[in-house]
Amino acid sequence: MLAPQAAQHSRIAEIIAEHSALEGPMLPILHAVQAEYGHVPAEALPMIADALNISRAEAQGVMSFYHDFRDHPLGRHVLKICRAEACQARGAGALAEAAKARLGVDWHGTTPGGALTLEPVFCLGLCACAPAVMLDGQVIGRVDAARLDQIATEAGA
Amino acid sequence: MRIFVPRDAAAKAVGAEAVAAAVRAEAAARGLPVELVRNGSRGMVWLEPLLEVETSEGRIAFGPVTAADVPALFDAGFGAHPKALGLTAEIPFLKKQTRFTFARVGLIDPLSLSEYQAQGGLAGLHKAIAMSPEAIVAEVADSGLRGRGGAGFPTGIKWKTVLGAEAAQKYVVCNADEGDSGTFADRMLMEGDPFTLIEGMAIAALAVGATRGYIYSRSEYPDANEVMGQAIAIARAAGVLGPDMLGSGRAFELELRVGAGAYVCGEETALLNSLEGKRGVVRAKPPIPALQGLFGQPTVVNNVLSLAAVPEILAQGAAAYVAHGVGRSRGTIPLQIAGNVRFGGLFETGFGITLGEIVNDIAGGTASGRPVKAVQVGGPLGAYHPVSDFGLPFSYEDFAGSGGLVGHAGLVVHDDSVDMLQMARFALEFCAIESCGKCTPCRIGAVRGVEVVDRIAAGDAAAIPLLTDLCQTMKLGSLCALGGFTPYPVLSALTHFPDDFATLQEAAE
Repeated sequence: MLAPQAAQHSRIAEIIAEHSALEGPMLPILHAVQAEYGHVPAEALPMIADALNISRAEAQGVMSFYHDFRDHPLGRHVLKICRAEACQARGAGALAEAAKARLGVDWHGTTPGGALTLEPVFCLGLCACAPAVMLDGQVIGRVDAARLDQIATEAGA
Repeated sequence: MRIFVPRDAAAKAVGAEAVAAAVRAEAAARGLPVELVRNGSRGMVWLEPLLEVETSEGRIAFGPVTAADVPALFDAGFGAHPKALGLTAEIPFLKKQTRFTFARVGLIDPLSLSEYQAQGGLAGLHKAIAMSPEAIVAEVADSGLRGRGGAGFPTGIKWKTVLGAEAAQKYVVCNADEGDSGTFADRMLMEGDPFTLIEGMAIAALAVGATRGYIYSRSEYPDANEVMGQAIAIARAAGVLGPDMLGSGRAFELELRVGAGAYVCGEETALLNSLEGKRGVVRAKPPIPALQGLFGQPTVVNNVLSLAAVPEILAQGAAAYVAHGVGRSRGTIPLQIAGNVRFGGLFETGFGITLGEIVNDIAGGTASGRPVKAVQVGGPLGAYHPVSDFGLPFSYEDFAGSGGLVGHAGLVVHDDSVDMLQMARFALEFCAIESCGKCTPCRIGAVRGVEVVDRIAAGDAAAIPLLTDLCQTMKLGSLCALGGFTPYPVLSALTHFPDDFATLQEAAE
């Protein structure tokens, strides 16, 4: 059996190889690595940079540009609350404040124990059933404080 | 018996999965042969989850349905029930529409290529295969189809430029990175009728001589991306895509790419950089993408709604499209009605309907029952319109003339509890968060803008001219629409709702 570190290296190399035939494979690789590990591990960037023949600084520059990519693990669940205008018109501002108070964290914060991370998002395309949130990729509309409390409780936060 | 329960994200967000599961369980328990179709949404979001049953008179609707309602619906034989809405097609919100691009959305199983064809799908592509590239471009130009971005650029002219460019490789790129608040037409179309977008892109490829295409979608749309990805695989397996498109001897390969949460990638040149695997920063134009786009090659970049309108334009002819609309705004526009409204959803109609008709008659006014104060049209970079603008006809020219823009045709209604100073501040804060950082007016201007609004809020009346001046600099000096259009919400809020900017000092005097 490979040591954990070596296993991770070979898995990242595999992911890079799986995407190497694409035109512009950078984003698909970052998405795939993050899907595997929940974040982009520090050792992945130099490997990606080598494979794509770009500098490590460039690879870092691309990764840091996008809100989705992160260099550290998040909580076991991620709750994204829409902050955009259509949701604001239906009380998203108050909902976000209620969420922060209920969870005891600010945006991008993770609850103690690591159950849930709170993230802002700008539009889930659920503008006509606002305010909307997304829990781990599952969309939920017409959310009020009571529903939010239920979501947080089910997520163990 | 065929029962329809949408798989659209908005329907799922309010419980469609539970309703679908209840229908399956109930049918199984009763031993009834039910075929459950997961269609797209009919666009009446306040009625979601909308359950429909096929009858000899047409489809009848029930909504909004909860899983708990399902046994009673079966008991009633899908007849009399408090949630019964009658024939779906007779519901006024749907009946008043002119559905051109969204004709099939909600009607068919989105992933059934045979249903797609039975409802007129692929007719446009078959027609295009028999035409010269010049003739396809002429048909699209004659239709008057314009882009749904800020500028409303004529689609035919863009295609003509790419057709005329000499290159070994050309591309068709679909900008499905519609990140604008209050807009969800792209998402609905990709989830409800993905083959239309594929067909539109294939026609664009034939028109300009491209053999590769990309759909650049948003990571915030997991449901749309799942459906779109499956539809591409189905289209490829059926020979609609691939080395020999419908036996034409012409190749077109299409791939779905997912962005990573950067709003600015909805700007076409930032999108191209992102597709290439770079930071999604804006490129200075010229060169225009039509001549030097993806990987430096001539590239058609169009929005979902532009490309999705193309199959019907080819199938029915440009004249059928031109017949709708007003002035130079031809055809139909899928309006997305959201925010504080009673009846929110997608409403496709010819250009020319007035803002007041949309908000009062179609959307039914506010959900809160309070008076309407402001309607933001065209996304987070669109202007806020006061009620005095309600006579404005919905067209590119009329909205430009009133200091606004049509943009992606999303409308977000706010009641009188909204604080317009806070909305102006939010627009600048959003710009500061999402700026790609390439140009100074946008990168610095947005940050300073937030500070200036805060000074106004704190009672500094002298900061108002400064805000106006800053907006002017952003408008004229920014490289793309993010910095260039952020002044629309800010200045429209300031112009139309000066009371919200009245300083504490003034109030005291």
